[in-house]
Amino acid sequence: MTRLLTTYLAPYRRQIALVVALLTVQAVANLYLPNLNADIINNGVVKGDLNYIIRTGALMLAVTLLLGICAVVAIYFGARTAMAFGRDVRGAMFRKALHFSQVETNHFGAPSLITRNTNDVTQVQMVIVMALNVMILAPIMSVGGIVMALRQDVPLTGLLAVIIPLMALVIGSLVVRAMPLFRSMQVKIDRINQVLRENLSGIRVIRAFVRTDHEERRFDDANADLTDTSLRVNRLFALMIPALFAILNLSTVAIMWFGGLRIDSGAMPIGNLIAFLQYVMQILFAVMMATIMFIMVPRGAASAERIQKVLETEISLTDPAEPVSVAVPRGEVEFHEVEFRYPGAEDPVLRGISFIATPGTTTAIVGSTGSGKSTLINLVPRFYDATAGQILIDGVDVRDLRQEDVWRPIGLVPQQAFLFGGTVASNLRYGNEQATDDELWQALGIAQARDFVSEMPGGLEAEIDQGGTNVSGGQRQRLAIARAVVKRPRIYIFDDSFSALDFKTDSLLRAALREEVHDATVIIVAQRVGTIMNADQIVVLDAGQVAGIGTHAELMEHCETYREIVFSQLTAEEAA
Amino acid sequence: MSGPTGSTAGQRRPAGPAFGGPGRRGPMGGGPMGHGMMLPAQKARNFRGSLRRLVGELRPEGPGIAVVMVLAIIGVIAQVLAPRILANATNLLFDGLIGKTLGQYLPPGTTQAQAEAILRARGQGQVADMLSGMTVTPGVGVDFGAVGQILLVLAALYLVGAAFQWVSYYIMAGVAQRTVYRLRQDVDRKLGRLPLRYFDSHPHGDILSRVTNDIDNIATTLQQSLMQIVTSVFTIIGVLIMMLTLSPLLALISVMVVPVAAGATLVIARQSQRQFAAQWRETGTLTGRVEETHTGQTIVKVFGHRDDAIRRFDEENERLYQASFRAQFISGIIQPTMNFVSNLNYVAIAVIGGVQVASGTMPLGDVQAFIQYSRQFTMPITQTASIMNVLQSTIASAERVFELLDEPEEVPDTEQPRVLEQAVGQVVLDDVSFRYEPETPLIENLNEVVQPGQTVAIVGPTGAGKTTLVNLLLRFYEIDGGRIAVDGIDAREMTRDNLRRTFGMVLQDTWLFGGTIRENIAYGREDATEEQIREAARAAHVDHFVRALPEGYDTVISDDAANLSQGERQLLTIARAFLADPQILILDEATSSVDTRTEVLVQRAMANLMKGRTSFVIAHRLSTIRDADIILVMNHGRIVEQGTHEQLLARRGFYFDLYNSQFVEPLAEAV
Repeated sequence: MTRLLTTYLAPYRRQIALVVALLTVQAVANLYLPNLNADIINNGVVKGDLNYIIRTGALMLAVTLLLGICAVVAIYFGARTAMAFGRDVRGAMFRKALHFSQVETNHFGAPSLITRNTNDVTQVQMVIVMALNVMILAPIMSVGGIVMALRQDVPLTGLLAVIIPLMALVIGSLVVRAMPLFRSMQVKIDRINQVLRENLSGIRVIRAFVRTDHEERRFDDANADLTDTSLRVNRLFALMIPALFAILNLSTVAIMWFGGLRIDSGAMPIGNLIAFLQYVMQILFAVMMATIMFIMVPRGAASAERIQKVLETEISLTDPAEPVSVAVPRGEVEFHEVEFRYPGAEDPVLRGISFIATPGTTTAIVGSTGSGKSTLINLVPRFYDATAGQILIDGVDVRDLRQEDVWRPIGLVPQQAFLFGGTVASNLRYGNEQATDDELWQALGIAQARDFVSEMPGGLEAEIDQGGTNVSGGQRQRLAIARAVVKRPRIYIFDDSFSALDFKTDSLLRAALREEVHDATVIIVAQRVGTIMNADQIVVLDAGQVAGIGTHAELMEHCETYREIVFSQLTAEEAA
Repeated sequence: MSGPTGSTAGQRRPAGPAFGGPGRRGPMGGGPMGHGMMLPAQKARNFRGSLRRLVGELRPEGPGIAVVMVLAIIGVIAQVLAPRILANATNLLFDGLIGKTLGQYLPPGTTQAQAEAILRARGQGQVADMLSGMTVTPGVGVDFGAVGQILLVLAALYLVGAAFQWVSYYIMAGVAQRTVYRLRQDVDRKLGRLPLRYFDSHPHGDILSRVTNDIDNIATTLQQSLMQIVTSVFTIIGVLIMMLTLSPLLALISVMVVPVAAGATLVIARQSQRQFAAQWRETGTLTGRVEETHTGQTIVKVFGHRDDAIRRFDEENERLYQASFRAQFISGIIQPTMNFVSNLNYVAIAVIGGVQVASGTMPLGDVQAFIQYSRQFTMPITQTASIMNVLQSTIASAERVFELLDEPEEVPDTEQPRVLEQAVGQVVLDDVSFRYEPETPLIENLNEVVQPGQTVAIVGPTGAGKTTLVNLLLRFYEIDGGRIAVDGIDAREMTRDNLRRTFGMVLQDTWLFGGTIRENIAYGREDATEEQIREAARAAHVDHFVRALPEGYDTVISDDAANLSQGERQLLTIARAFLADPQILILDEATSSVDTRTEVLVQRAMANLMKGRTSFVIAHRLSTIRDADIILVMNHGRIVEQGTHEQLLARRGFYFDLYNSQFVEPLAEAV
C-alpha cells in the first residue's frame, strides 16, 4: 500500500501538507477550548469577574469559528486529494490494461481487471479520506491532549497510563475476534448468493426434477449459517459500545475522586479539574475513533495490493524500437514453424505450424476443441507473440511492425461477438468513421443483417445496449461481421463466427462475402464442416499440430482426422 | 463531563452517507459485474405504508422489542441522571474548596450567613452573591465521605447503564437477524411459488439483488438505526426534562439550537444525497466503460480505438472525480457544522452559566451538568436527522422486497389430485392453445397423440420458439385452451410434482450446481445408492471420464462448471436423467459442436436413454429427425407443420425447404 500511496499521492504533496497543517490547527483549537473553559471558571466565575467571562466567551466563539473553517477547508482539500488519487490510479490502470498483451489480460481476466479498477480503487480511496482526517487528527489530539493534561496536573495524568491501555485492550480484543467473523460473513454472503444464482439459472431443472424442497433446504442452511454469523458479529459489537462508554465514564469518576483529593490539598485549582476531564475525554475519543478506523486499513491494503499487481505487471509485448513501415499492405499472412506455449506451461499449444494465406483466398482452420485454433489466429494480430518461429504479414515479421500497423489491415470477428453501447451505426463505423450510410447498408447486406436491422425501430440509429444484449446471439454475430466488412480490411479473421447462425444464413453469408472481398485474405476458424468445405485451403489441427493441409476433396482422401470430423458431424448413423 | 466536540468526538455512527452512499451499506461487496454497480435505491413510493408493513414484519419479535424498549428507557434514565449526580460531586468539591479558602480569612465557627455578611462588608459583593448559591461552612474542606458516596452511586449508575445498553443491543441483534432471516426465507419460498413467466420476464440480477442487497440494507437499518432512534428519542425527552429542572433559561437557549441543528443536517444531507446519487451514476457509467473496453479489448485494439477509449475513459473519469469529490465534501460538512452549532451552544451556556454562578443563581456543578446535557441533546438530534435519510433508502429497499412478495403466484395444485403412480408414457395434446402475450397467438388448436415409446422431433430454425412446448408439457406455463393429458389424466388434475416426476429433462443449457459430481448425478433421485449412480454414469458413458479425474465422483464442480467441457457436462445431465428413470423424456440436442469424440458419446448416450421411453426431442440431427415418429415443425414460435418425415417431404412446404437447405445440400456436397 505504501508504494501505491507514495507514487500517486506525490503530486498532491502540497494539499496534503495543507490538510495536515489545518488538522493541527484544528487539534490545537480543540485543545485550547477546555483551557478557555477552565479560565472562565478559575478567573471569571471563582473571582466573580463578569467582564472576563464575556471576553473569554467571545474568544471561545472566535476559536470555534476558526475550528469550523479549518475543518471545512481540510475536508475540502482532503476530499479533493483522495478523489484525485482515485482518478489518477483508475486512469493509470486503464491505460496499463489496454496495453496488456493477451497473456497479461488472461492472467488477470476481464472481470478481475474491472473490479480492481472500480471496487478496489474505492476501497483505497476511503482509507485516504479517513487518513486525511481522523487518522492524522487522532495522534495529534492524543499527544496534544496529553501535553495539555500534563499542564493541568502532572500526577493526575498518571491515570491515563491505566485508562488508555485498558481501552486499547478492550478494542483490540474485540477487533481481533470480529475480524475473522467479518471475513467468514463475506464467505457466507457469497454462499447464499451462489445458492440463489443457481436456483435462478436452474429453475427449469429444479422444477422438472421436483427438487424445490431440496433447494429450499439448501437455502435455509445457507441462510441460517449467515444469520448465525451476523448474530455473532452484532452481539460482539453490542458489547463494544457499552464497554467503551463504561470505561470513559468510569474514568470520569476516577478523575473526580483523585482530582478532588488534589484540589482539597490545594495542589490544583478546581477549573483545572474540569479542563482535565475534557482533555481526557478528547484523548479517549481520539484513541477510540482511530482504532475503529484502523479496522479499515487491512481491507484497503488488500485492495492496494491488487491494484499494485496490475500497475507493476510487465507488459510482455511492446513496439519495436525501429519499426518497419508498410505503405500499402497486401494482406498475405504466413506462419513459419510457429510454436506457442503459454507462460509456465509444460507443453506448447501449437507446434511447427507453417502455412501461407494469400490475398484472394480463404483459409479455414478446423480441429476439435482444445486443438489450438483460437490461439493460432490470435497470433496474427499479435495478441500473443509466438514462442518460436515467425508470423509474417506481407513478408514482415509482426514483431518488427508497430502494433497499430499490425492491426490496421485486420478485420476481426471474435468468437463471442461483442457490441458496444450506442447505435447500430456507431457500432458499424467502429473501424471506419468515414463510412457512409450506403456502405453500412451494403455491409449489412453481406452479413445477412439488412432485414432485421431495417425492422429495428430507428434502423441504423437503433439503440444497442452495452455488450449487445438487446439483440439475439445470431444478430449480434452478424452485426459483428458487418462491422468488420465496413472496415474494408485486407485480412479477415473469423474466429468461429458462424456458429450462432443457422446453416442457411451461414451459406448465404459466405457466398455474399466471397463476392465482396475477392482480393482480401480470409482466415476462418469453424466447427461446422459445412462452413469451411469450400475454402481454398483447409488447415486441420490436431493437438496443436497440423494434421493436414489441403482442399476438402484432398483432405477427405488423405486425412483421417478430417474424415473423422466430417463424418461425426454430417451423419449420425454409425453413432446411433 | 464532556467538552467541546472536536471532529474526533463524534457520533457512534458516521453521519449520513459519508461511508459509501445511501443504499449501499453493510458488508455486501456489490453484485457480480454483470449487472454492474448497484445504484442507490430510489426514494420510497409509499413511505408510510411500506414503513408500517416493515414494522409489521417485526411483530413476531414483539416481546423482545418490548424488553429492549424498557431496557433502553432505563439505560437512558441512567445516562441522563449521571451528569446531575456528577454535578453534586463537583458542587461538593467547590463548596469544600471555598469553605477552606474562607477558613483562611475568617475565624473558625463562622457560619455561611456570617461569611456572606463579612464579604459584603469588605466590598466583595460578587463573591458573596456566589456564596449565597452554595452550601459552605467556612473552614471546613471537602467532605470526601459524601463525595465518595456520590461517586460510588455514579459508578454503579454507569455500570448499570452500560449493562442495560449491552443487553438491549444484544437482544436487538437477535430481533434484527431473526427478522431478516424470516424475510429472506419468505422471499425464497415465494420464488418457489412464482410461475416461470416471472423468471423469464425479470432479469435474474434484479431478483438476486432484492434478496441480497435490499434485504441486507434492511438488516443494517434494523440492527443499527432502530436502536438509535429509540435511544435518541428517549434521550432527547430525558435530557430536555433535566435541562428544564436545572435552568429553564439555559434550556430555552439549548432548545433554540434544535431547529438549527436539525435543519442544517437535513439540508446538507439532502444535498449530499443528491451528490451521492450523481456519484453512483457516474460510477455506473465509468464501470460500464471499463467493463465494455476490457471485455471487447481485442476489438478495441484491432479496430484502432485504443486511444479513443482512453480519451473517453479520461472524460468520464474526470466527471466521476468531480461528482465524488462534491459528494464527499458535502457529506463531510455535516460534522463540522454540527460541531460549530454545538460549540456555539457551549459558549452561550458557558457565558450565561458563568454569569449565573457568579451571581449565585446557579451552582457551578449545575452549569457543568448543563453543558453535558446540551452535548447529549445535539447528538441525538443530528443522529435522528441523518437516520431519516437512511430510512428513506431502507424503505425503498423494503418496497422492492415487498413488491416481489406481492407478485401473483402459480395457480395452486388441484385440491383432490389424481395420482399417476407408474406412467406408461402416453401423451395427448387435445386442441391446445397458448400465447405468451395476450395479443399474439402462438399455438392454436394443436392436436397430437403420442403413444408410449414414440419419439417426437421438434424442428425449426434458431429462435423458432422450440422451448415453448417444453414449457407447456412440464406445466411451467399454463395453457390457455384445450388440455394436455398424460396416460389419460389431464395434467391439471394432478399435482405439478406428480406430473414432473413422470418427465425427465436434458437441456442444452446444462445446469449443474456447485457440488460434487456424485451429488449432481444424484440430483435425479434423492434416495439413489452409490451403485445406481455408477450405473447411470455408465449408461451415460461418463463413468470412465469421471474415474479419470483425480477426485473421481467427489470432484467438486466449480462455479459455472469451468473445469468440465461442454460435452462432459451434457453427459452428466444425461446420467442425471438416467438415474431419475422417467417414462417421458424431453431432450435438447446440442447445436454447437463439442469435440468430436465426446460428441459421439453424447449421441450414443442419448440414444440409450431414449430406448423404450416416450421422447420429445428438440432436434438438430438428421438421423434423429428422420427416425422420429412425429415431427413438429416450428417457425416464429408457431407450429407450422406436423407429420412424419415422408408426409412432410411430400407436402413440399416449410419442412421441405428446411430439410434441403440444412441437411441435404451440405451432405451432398461433403461426401
